[in-house]
Amino acid sequence: MTAASRTTGLAEQPGPKVTELGMLSIGLVAGGVIYLAAYLPRRAPLVPAVVLLAAAVAVLVTNVVLLLRRPGFAWWRFRQVARWMLLAYLVVAGMLEFTFVYDHTHGAVLALMTLLLATFTLNVPLLAAFTVAQFEGSRE
Amino acid sequence: MAVVETTAGTLAPPAGERPRVAIVPLRGLPVVALVVVALVVSIAGNWAWPLDFFHVAGGGAWTAVDLFMGFVIGPIMRTLSVPARIELTTRLMPKMLLIMPTLVTMTLAAGFQLARNNGMLSGSYGRHAWVVASMVVVAVMAVTALALLQPANIAVLFELRKPRPNPAIVQKLMRRFIYAAAVTGAMQVATLVIMTRLAT
Repeated sequence: MTAASRTTGLAEQPGPKVTELGMLSIGLVAGGVIYLAAYLPRRAPLVPAVVLLAAAVAVLVTNVVLLLRRPGFAWWRFRQVARWMLLAYLVVAGMLEFTFVYDHTHGAVLALMTLLLATFTLNVPLLAAFTVAQFEGSRE
Repeated sequence: MAVVETTAGTLAPPAGERPRVAIVPLRGLPVVALVVVALVVSIAGNWAWPLDFFHVAGGGAWTAVDLFMGFVIGPIMRTLSVPARIELTTRLMPKMLLIMPTLVTMTLAAGFQLARNNGMLSGSYGRHAWVVASMVVVAVMAVTALALLQPANIAVLFELRKPRPNPAIVQKLMRRFIYAAAVTGAMQVATLVIMTRLAT
């Protein structure tokens, strides 16, 4: 923590760019979904969407690993926020998954959409919980 | 107003003088549930007028709120004293936590169903590129909202629940919130261009 951040009480510890990496991961998910949707009602070639999904998952996993190695992080606050956010976004994801099935999406496209949705659903609580928890350490 | 010194050397009202901050205003949840149920029923029934209403009213309100937050409330907030900022934030942010996701859901869900029904999602649609462009704009807004705007909203509410909120943290989070709202507001202008093009 810098002298300036100690003065202001802001937690500006050097650490992984969790928000930036999360934005990248969600952006890759959005890219995959837009790519698939742009071909509707035809079926898009799946390779580009698979590449985007793999990249999104890789960024998410990297983000989690980097966060786990962050010293002095307020994990109790992170867990408190993340579990409620995850619950809310699981409901949203469940509704979206239902619409995929309702619209007769099946096979590889359904699997791909489900994995993209799962990656999105994990990223959102991670970002919210991190943002809340990162300011917790400055007070203790 | 009595104030207490904080670590930032600035002034914040003590906990006893601030209204208790609710992270999620529970009284608003029935209204949100009502809107979501009406939206789901409209989509399931493919009712044209309710779908148009949800898309146009939701989109108009979403655009207006984003522009208002980014370009009116933001500059005003910068000129307020720290206690006044905290007072405003305490009352505004819990409501935003319910209003924005509800408006976004209304607009996008109804819009997607309208596009399906109108054939605009089909690659054979003459202005399909504009539809894809609108998806890209929505993606940019979604990334901004989910990664910056919503986390800042929640984090500032947690900070304000503390016995002695740190004004520097509140200011930093509110600045992030206002700037993110300004970005989404600017993207809304792009959405207006695309939507009017599609509707012409």
